[in-house]
Amino acid sequence: MSSGLPTPTRAPTLAARLAPWRRELAVLALLLAVSISLALVNEQFLTAQNLQNLMRRVGISGIFAVGLGLVIITGGIDLSVGSLLALLGILQCFLLVDWHVPWYLAFPIILGMGAFLGLCHGLLITCLRLWPFIVTLCGLLIYRGTAQFIAGNESKGFGSAEGFSAVRDFLNGYVIGVPVSFWIMLMVAGAGGVLLHGTVFGRHLYAIGHNEEAARHSGIRTSLVITIAYVLCSLTASLTSILFAFDSGGITPSNHGSFYELYGIAAAVVAGCSLRGGQGSMVGIVLGVILIQLIPNLVNLLGWDTSLTFAVMGLVILIGAIADSLLVRPRH
Amino acid sequence: MTVPLLEMRGISKSFGGVAALHGVDFSAAEGEVIGLIGENGAGKSTLMKILGGIHQADSGSIHFNGQQAAIGSVADATRLGIAFVHQELSVFENLDIAGNVFLGREPRRMGVLIDRARMHRETTPILRRVGLDLDPGTPLTHLSLAQRQLVEIAKSLSLDARLIIMDEPTSSLTLTEANRLLEIIADLAAHRHTVVYISHRLHELTRSCGRAVVLRDGRLAGGLTGIEFTHANLVRLMVGRDLPPAAARTAVGASAGGLAIRALRTQAWPGHTIDLDVRRGEVLGLAGLVGAGRSEVARAVFGIDAMLEGSLSLDGRALRVRSPCDAISVGLALVPEDRKLAGLILEMSIRENATMATLHRHVRRGLIDRASERRAAEGAISSLGIRATSSEAKSSSLSGGNQQKVVLSKWLATNPQVVILDEPTRGVDVGAKHEIYQLIRRLAAEGAAVLMVSSDMEEVILQSDRVAVMHEGELAGILTGDDITEEAVMHLAVGQAPGLAS
Repeated sequence: MSSGLPTPTRAPTLAARLAPWRRELAVLALLLAVSISLALVNEQFLTAQNLQNLMRRVGISGIFAVGLGLVIITGGIDLSVGSLLALLGILQCFLLVDWHVPWYLAFPIILGMGAFLGLCHGLLITCLRLWPFIVTLCGLLIYRGTAQFIAGNESKGFGSAEGFSAVRDFLNGYVIGVPVSFWIMLMVAGAGGVLLHGTVFGRHLYAIGHNEEAARHSGIRTSLVITIAYVLCSLTASLTSILFAFDSGGITPSNHGSFYELYGIAAAVVAGCSLRGGQGSMVGIVLGVILIQLIPNLVNLLGWDTSLTFAVMGLVILIGAIADSLLVRPRH
Repeated sequence: MTVPLLEMRGISKSFGGVAALHGVDFSAAEGEVIGLIGENGAGKSTLMKILGGIHQADSGSIHFNGQQAAIGSVADATRLGIAFVHQELSVFENLDIAGNVFLGREPRRMGVLIDRARMHRETTPILRRVGLDLDPGTPLTHLSLAQRQLVEIAKSLSLDARLIIMDEPTSSLTLTEANRLLEIIADLAAHRHTVVYISHRLHELTRSCGRAVVLRDGRLAGGLTGIEFTHANLVRLMVGRDLPPAAARTAVGASAGGLAIRALRTQAWPGHTIDLDVRRGEVLGLAGLVGAGRSEVARAVFGIDAMLEGSLSLDGRALRVRSPCDAISVGLALVPEDRKLAGLILEMSIRENATMATLHRHVRRGLIDRASERRAAEGAISSLGIRATSSEAKSSSLSGGNQQKVVLSKWLATNPQVVILDEPTRGVDVGAKHEIYQLIRRLAAEGAAVLMVSSDMEEVILQSDRVAVMHEGELAGILTGDDITEEAVMHLAVGQAPGLAS
């Protein structure tokens, strides 16, 4: 993937300074290559409609990928995101449609609910020392099942959107031609980038991801930091949930948001996060999200059978991992 | 003596340029129980690991049962009839007794199925021989540590071992359990098995072994048999190294203030409590054998492990330390034993490691000021003489000594009142060692209370102002001034020193 980059040397050359960013640069190069080829092959790619659609998809999955990235950098994982989208989506329908709660109260309730479930994940992981994989896998099952149960296993819509049609239309709409969800994603990613790369909290996330024991010995409150990471992950997922529910127009509890956590994990991993923790950047996570969301577009515009989408996505990630292992990683 | 069962001649072994054994001879006759003894790092375990096939000697020869033996692996040793009962037991808790005894060579039925009936049938008489009156189907989780050890011995018997090496088998047993084990060893010897017994408990050696072989600094220090085989002679052989005279020791009065540890009980030795005072301005060495509970004291004081009981005070003020974060805020610092696991984050730069405990000081308007961090790291690099290309160099690229200096720089930045160093110069080259000693001295001179846990006898003797010695979870005694000798420390460390214990 990054064979075009010269190998780093001891002297502080440009190459050496770019070396830590090799994964991000490689994904950026791949993104540009795919986009340019697509633009040449099919003029549909550069139409406003296609780009707006792509940006909306990137916006929606990019928001929670920011939070998920923080968790992955600590060496953890959150598998519950997709199910959380379904549960909170159903909650949103009930709040706005059935119970006529005004949107400015409903949204904080949804965000608070998400943050509370994230707090539960964090406390189970840090206080009871349960594996993140297990805790959030149980979340995946519990939230999906609960969503199906409370919705009576039926789809729920927003009907005529009485009382909240303005806010729905705004969130589904565009500002300067760019989808609102993409703007929100940019803001969340910007805030996440500052948090991750600029603050003490971000430094502590990396320290814990590299070596939790040494981090604790240095006086870092590892349990607190990890718990906050899970809260932020679920909080960004609940923000996604609000946008995604309006974007979908309705919630089918059995499949709304399913697989979304895996898109997020794939996006983080493809651009340099290690599932062992300690690695990755906010720029990389955003580029990874764009690459992952470009793939359905690519399959579509090349005129391939859309049922191939998952297979192409898997192959792209696999080829990336193989290229990284063969070309860049030092041999032992 | 009859024809020896085992003859090792001129065994030498180095690890990464550091010689662990220099031309050691060792022999054992059939039916003999031999005690193998020496300080931490004297080479006992290395010698036995060569015999057990875990390490290979660089030079020297091994004859077993009258024949030249090439022991290239544990399997080779097992085939010859050499079994090794390790200090950290290698039993499998998820299997039953018979499953452990026959692990890896389970009898089969029809080629694939394990013949449990036969395994149990053959295990029962062996268990009886080691004094274990249990069903072979008992899961190992139900067994005490002592019983698990007996299962390992049973395993070596079922392997037809003629020579059984036991590495500190009684270190975690109660007195009754240990006595029972010694009886079983005597019975094994009566049945013409040879036992090599590594132990620090000198009274056990004098009681159960026919003779003892003493190693010191990777060389044979001597052997003792008959009436010469006494506690005093063992200690004399174990130490007896010529040390350069210690620098003038600082005598600090009890009025100087400092850290007071009271009635501390740790998880490792829940039956014992420790009281210890580390005075401001002094370096208190904490000596003892591996496993005596020293690191556990350090970890409990710093809040890494919860104390079962106990209290801390600094200059008479009570301290509440429940996490390393609390410890740092009241002026404590711990340079941990395992540098790579707990001391620093290898993947991070010198800058990031050096500011890890004081990062809040480098925050401007909510964000980390990297320039300020870099200045701090570069200051540490020049004042501690850290050899690195820049403050951005990854810690993993540094030598052991320079890594340790980075750890120290992290703690110096916190301006600590109490500095606990656990094995501060382990894996550190001689040059860096001296620089670290100077730093420790300077810390004490500036008024910090320094507690230095060390297994390096030379370090303890030469760098401490006072030496506290621990033995099996208890404080065996405190030595001051001219009483700080290798012999006195060793007496206390092995636990029998009438008249010296405080």
